Amino acid sequence: MDRWRKAHADTDDGLPIALASEAAHGTVIDAVSEAARKAGAKAGQKLTDARAIYPDLVVETSDPEGDADALMRLGKWARRWSPWTALDGADGLLLDSKGTSHLFGGEAAMLSDMENHLRRLGLASRIAMAPTIGSAWALAHFGRRSGIIVDDDALDGALAPLPIESLRIDGDTALLLRRLGLKTVGALIDIPTLSLARRFRKTADAGANPLRRLEQARGRIEEVAEPLVAQTVYRTAQRVAEPVLHVQILAPILADLADDLCKALEDGGRGLRRVRFEAFRVDGHIAVLDAETAAPVRTPDHICRLFAERLETLDAGFGFDAFVLTAIWHDAMPARQKGLAEDETEGLALPHLIDRLSVRIGARNVRRAVACASHIPERSVVWRPALEEEPAGDVAAPQGERPIRLFDRPEPITVIYGTPEGPPKRFRWRRKLHDVVKVEGPERIAPEWWRERSTVRLRDYYKIEDEDGRRFWIYRNGLIDDGRGGPPDWFLHGLFA
Amino acid sequence: MQETFAVAGDASAIGFVLSEIDSESPGPLLWVQEARAFGEMGRPFVHGLPRSLGGNCIHVAARNAKDALWAMEEGLKCPSLSAVIGEIYGDPRALDFTATRRLAVAAERYGVPAFLVRIGGHADLSGARRRWRVASRPSMPHPRDPQAPGAPVWSLDLFRARDMQPGQWDVAYDRAAHRLDLVSPLRDGPVEESARRYG
Repeated sequence: MDRWRKAHADTDDGLPIALASEAAHGTVIDAVSEAARKAGAKAGQKLTDARAIYPDLVVETSDPEGDADALMRLGKWARRWSPWTALDGADGLLLDSKGTSHLFGGEAAMLSDMENHLRRLGLASRIAMAPTIGSAWALAHFGRRSGIIVDDDALDGALAPLPIESLRIDGDTALLLRRLGLKTVGALIDIPTLSLARRFRKTADAGANPLRRLEQARGRIEEVAEPLVAQTVYRTAQRVAEPVLHVQILAPILADLADDLCKALEDGGRGLRRVRFEAFRVDGHIAVLDAETAAPVRTPDHICRLFAERLETLDAGFGFDAFVLTAIWHDAMPARQKGLAEDETEGLALPHLIDRLSVRIGARNVRRAVACASHIPERSVVWRPALEEEPAGDVAAPQGERPIRLFDRPEPITVIYGTPEGPPKRFRWRRKLHDVVKVEGPERIAPEWWRERSTVRLRDYYKIEDEDGRRFWIYRNGLIDDGRGGPPDWFLHGLFA
Repeated sequence: MQETFAVAGDASAIGFVLSEIDSESPGPLLWVQEARAFGEMGRPFVHGLPRSLGGNCIHVAARNAKDALWAMEEGLKCPSLSAVIGEIYGDPRALDFTATRRLAVAAERYGVPAFLVRIGGHADLSGARRRWRVASRPSMPHPRDPQAPGAPVWSLDLFRARDMQPGQWDVAYDRAAHRLDLVSPLRDGPVEESARRYG
């Protein structure tokens, strides 16, 4: 409903509006505006019933997929308060606030901060904080007011007056309990559970078993929920009083964060492999920068340098007001005593160099050549990103002399004059004529039949030298009458020094 | 820092640069190529490089000359590299006197040998300490096969140098020993055969 109102900001708030969608038995209302609620419409009602009560109801189609998307985004954005967030149903968010509330000035301040931020996004919210997922859900949905905080001791007392529906049970079960005269959670707590347990023992579905739900809400049974984004261990956060509009100010903030993160990593004996910098915008967007390193790192300076150039690419919009630096991937990195001489060496370490090159040039363009067991020249070398581990393993070098340069794609040459079986005497490469003076070869390289199609032809490689002394590596693709195509073509594949 | 000029399609400058690198040094080689340079000249081929350097080479394919120069300068700050080779095609605007001078200063400060290979470029102002022109020459006779090309011969033209007397030489590269041998100008004639090695 809030999302719809945001999209249609010009409509009168007093207008009774209902968002409806098609269901199995006719159109059903999904959400209603405040005015429509007063008129008697409510969510879950059939549209025809609502129209009968209040004929002037304005009906719009609802958009459940859009709602789910928006909730997912909101759930990720809510990670500004806690790294552990999860979606709850179609309209709820769960946050694990353990250890994070002190960053916001206490639990109450944190909840009011949440409410303010959500209101600024145009969303009405009901928030509650409680020791278990079930009790927080009950208080948020059925509590007297928003922003209730309950600790362990007061839990039963806070739950007791709530209606039985607050136990996250389905409609049938709630109706059954109401018929049994159990209208509040307190009533259910008071009676001995043994007698009720038999009635519900066969229901495997959690929503149909009020006792299980009650135990979960009271913290007697552990409840496990999957977080939206997997929990990260090394993470530092910083908030600023005024939203930051200029990206130049981000550098010192990043330096502070990197400092804290590196201290935490040092305590844990870990080093960064991949790090993410997130800047949370006031209007609900997150700007994200990632960087990867070739070896575990925990030098604040190095982390800052990895991000420094790209900070300017961030779009500040209406300003950032919260920042998080997270170690997404970290490796063991034992603490090491620096040698006396080591402090004096200046310059970059090799892994740091690889990181910096990979960040600016792109990891796919900074590579290491790895020899491979193959006789086909272009397959005998595989280029692996330098960020990856240096591969071990020795592959025997090819027998013949190999050129110093190899073209990615062999370049076709035009043979002007030559014998049909032997190498060319004169050929044209890149619009220039070359006379062949010296020849060595051929070296025959047969296709790898176990991985190639049967039409691939063998190659006869020649090392030739022209009248200027330039040495080329050329080959004839196929033989005359080998039954794999027409007359063979010539290609230039490499250059000798 | 040394600057080497070569014609497109002639790999002799690359061979000369590699022959200048000490093959005993343990660190890896940083090889920066600008996009046009590896389009014109291909990529380094591991099996063709001197054995010790081949397996230990980090290759950077930069989009343009600016990125290539930046990568070279970063590489020069890393003393554990054995050398930095940069290949740039033509005369890009980013490659001016300031850029070459920065490379030369970084190379001297951190003690990493730097080689700038210019493919089809013109020798404008440069901060390089030695500037060479390298071209291929007809090779030495092959020891066993008179038809086949033998050890490569390059003509070196040192046209500007800070610490050496400029001059011109013909040298042959001995692949097995990874060294350059001077070749006397009178290359033909069997008499020269025995007397041509000066070390």
